[in-house]
Amino acid sequence: MENLGQMGFSEEQADLLEVAKKFCRDKSPMDKVRALIKDEAGYDPDVWEDIARLGWLGIAIPEEYGGVGLGLAEIVPVMEQLGRFLLAGPFFSTTMAAQALLVGGTEEQKKNYLPKIAEGRIATLALTEDSGDLNLENIAASARRTEEGFALSGNKYFVGDAAAAEWIIASVLFEQKPALVLIERSSLPTGALRRETIIDETRRAYALDLDGVTVPPSAMLDPALASAALAYIHLCANLLAAAEMCGGTQNVIDYTIEYLNTRKQFGRTIGSYQSLKHPTVDAYVAYEQARSHLYSAAHCFNQQGTGEIAIRMAKAQADKAFSYAADRSIQFHGGFGFTYDCDAQLYRRRAIWHASQFGDAAYHRKKLAELLF
Amino acid sequence: MSKANQHEVDEFAKDADAWFRENVNPDPGFMLPLTFMEVGTDQQFEFLQNWQGKVYEAGFLGVAWPREYGGGGLAPAFQNAATDAMRRYNAPIMLNAIGLNWTGPLLLDIGTQAHREKYIKGILSAEDIWCQGFSEPENGSDLGNAQLRAVREGDEYVLNGSKIWTTLGNYAKYMILLARTNTEAPNKYAGLSFFLSPMKIEGVETHPIRKLTGEYGFTQTFFTDARIPADGLMSEEGSGWLVAMKTLEYERGARDGLAGGYMITPLDAFAVIELAKKAQRDGAPVMDDPVMRDQLVEFIIEAQSLNLCKERGHIAPLNEERPMGLSLSGKLMGTEFVRRINEFAIAMQGTKGGYYVGDPNAVDDGLWTRGYLNAFSATIGGGTSEIQHNIIAEHILGLPKR
Repeated sequence: MENLGQMGFSEEQADLLEVAKKFCRDKSPMDKVRALIKDEAGYDPDVWEDIARLGWLGIAIPEEYGGVGLGLAEIVPVMEQLGRFLLAGPFFSTTMAAQALLVGGTEEQKKNYLPKIAEGRIATLALTEDSGDLNLENIAASARRTEEGFALSGNKYFVGDAAAAEWIIASVLFEQKPALVLIERSSLPTGALRRETIIDETRRAYALDLDGVTVPPSAMLDPALASAALAYIHLCANLLAAAEMCGGTQNVIDYTIEYLNTRKQFGRTIGSYQSLKHPTVDAYVAYEQARSHLYSAAHCFNQQGTGEIAIRMAKAQADKAFSYAADRSIQFHGGFGFTYDCDAQLYRRRAIWHASQFGDAAYHRKKLAELLF
Repeated sequence: MSKANQHEVDEFAKDADAWFRENVNPDPGFMLPLTFMEVGTDQQFEFLQNWQGKVYEAGFLGVAWPREYGGGGLAPAFQNAATDAMRRYNAPIMLNAIGLNWTGPLLLDIGTQAHREKYIKGILSAEDIWCQGFSEPENGSDLGNAQLRAVREGDEYVLNGSKIWTTLGNYAKYMILLARTNTEAPNKYAGLSFFLSPMKIEGVETHPIRKLTGEYGFTQTFFTDARIPADGLMSEEGSGWLVAMKTLEYERGARDGLAGGYMITPLDAFAVIELAKKAQRDGAPVMDDPVMRDQLVEFIIEAQSLNLCKERGHIAPLNEERPMGLSLSGKLMGTEFVRRINEFAIAMQGTKGGYYVGDPNAVDDGLWTRGYLNAFSATIGGGTSEIQHNIIAEHILGLPKR
C-alpha cells in the first residue's frame, strides 16, 4: 500500500522536536495555561517574542522572503509540542496566513508581508461562515469593486487571534468566484470584531463583520490562485491540527496515568484495575497510530495525491485518538474529573474544537473514500 | 556480520527478486496455510518443508546468521531485501517458525558452541522442525505457573506432565520446553528451567487437537517418564523464566536478529476492496453502500497505521519517551486488526458469507471465514490480547500490577 504514504524523518525535524519540547515544557506549565485562559489576549507576548527569535515563524517560508526555507514537515514537530503543553498563542493562525500568502499571494504581497511574518508579526485567516460548512469554497461574504479598491460585506466566524493580528486574510466571493483579500486589522471599523465564546478556552477566536470594510486594490491575492489556495489551506490546517492533537493526546494520557498511579480506592491503586488499565492502553495504542500517521503526513505533504490521503488519515486518526483519550481521562478521574480544576476538560475541549474545525474523523473518511475507491 | 554495502545489497535484492519471481508457485493445487499455526495436512507440511529448504539452499534464509553454523554471514540488510522479495511475490510462509524466530536467535545469543553446531543448520533447512512447549492445559496466560516436572537423574532429566497448543507438535523433532525443576523455589518463576528437548523419544506422545475450523495444526503433548539428555538445559536450573522471556524479545524486537522470511502471510487490506466491488447489496455493489464504505475506509486507515508504526519503530527520535512502546504494542495491534478485518470481509459477502471452505461457491474458497476463525490463534496464542493489555499497561505505561 505504498501509495498511502511512507514514513520519513529529517535531522531538522529531530532537532526542532528536541528544542520545541524543552521550550514548550518550560514556557507553558499548567498554572501558566490556566492564567492565560483568564487573560483577555490569551497569550504571553514575551513567549511570542521568544518564538519569533527561535525562527519558528519562518520555518516554512522560503529564504527569499526572509524565512528559513524548510517546509511544513519541519513545523509539525513544533506544532506537536505546542499542542502537547497547551502553549497558547497565534502560532497556528500566523503560520496558516503565511502559507496562504505563499500559495495564493502576488509576488508583491509575498515580498511585503512574508518577511514581517517571519520576524513575528501576527496574521490570521478568516474563512468560515454562518453555514458551518467545512467546504472553504462555500462562501457568502463578498467583495465588490469600487473606485478605491474593494468594498466587502458579509460575516466571518472563528477568526483565530484576530485581535492580536495585524493582518486578516478573508475569503470572499468576487465576481462569483472565491477570492482572498488581505485586511489591515487597524482599518476595521469599531465593533467589527466580537470575541466569540468557544469550547477551547486556551484559544481566541472572533466574529468579523465585513460590512463597511473597504480595502485598496493591492489587497486582493491573485484571484487565479484562490481556489487552489483554499484547497491547500484546508490540508495545511488539518496537518497542523493533527500535530497539535497528537501532542495533546500524549499529554492527556500521561496526565491520566499519573492519576491512576496515585489515587487509591478499596485499598488499591486504581491503575491496577483492568477496567481502567485496558482502555488506557487502547488510548495509548490509538495515540501511537495517530503519531505514525502524523509524521507520514508531514513527510508526504508535498507528494501529489499521496499527501492529501496521508493528511486526511492523520487528522481522522488524531481525532479518534484525542477524543477517546480525553473522554476517558475525564471519566477515570472520577468526581475530580467533573470539576473545572481537573485538566482533562482542557484536552477534551480542545479535541472537540479541532474536530469542529477543518473536519472530524467522519468527514475525512468520506473524503478518503472518494480518493481511495 | 559485516556492514552492508549499499551497492552489494542492491545486487543481492535483484537476485532475490529474480529468484522468487521464478520460483514462487502461485497454485500448488491445494490450499496453503496462511500461518505456521495452520498446517493441517501432510501434503501442506511436505510442501512447506520443501519450500523452506529450497529458499535456504538458494541463499535467501538465515542470510544474516553466522556462516560457521550454516548462515550466510552477511549484514541484516541482505536478509531484509530477500524477505521483501518474498512479500512481493506472495511467497509461501517459512514453516519452521519456532526454530527460526525463537530457538535460533536464542542459541546464537546464549547457546553453547555445541548447541549451535548441532541445531542451527537443521533449523534453516527445515530438516529439523521445532515446536514450543510453554502453555499447559491448566496454565495458559499464567505461564509462570507451568507444572510439567523435570527431575534430574544422572546425565538425564525425567519429564512428566503435558503441554498444549504445540504447533507442528506431531512433525517436530525438537521442542523448546519450559519445565519445573524445583517445586520449593522461593517463587513460582524461580522453579522453572528451559530445555532443548527431543520429541521422537519414548514417553513423548502427541495428540492432535481439532481446531474450531475443523482442521488440525496443534497437538497436546504428553510426557510420561520421558528421559532427555541433561545437556539440553539452557543456561542453568531456575533461570527458565528469564530465558523464556528472552525468546519473546527476539520476536517482538527488531527483526534484525531473526532468520528472515515470514511465518504469517501478510494480509492485504486492499483485497477487501475487491470483495466490496463484487458483492451486491440492494442491487448495487457493496462498495456503494455508504455505511460499508465508511467502515472500509476505517480499516484501510488502520492497515496503514500498522505499516507506519513498523516503519516508525526504526526512527529513534520518534520513540524517545517510550522506546519499547511500538514494538510491545505490535502484537495487540496486528492480531486484533486481522481478526476484525476478516470478520468485516465476511459481512461484505452478503448471503455468501454463509459459505465455508469446501463449497464450490464460497468466496475466495472460504479464505475469509477460515481466516476469521484462525485469527483467534494469534489473539489468544502467545499471550492473549487481554494479557497484552496488561503487559503494555505495566511495562510501557508504568501502571501498577496490583
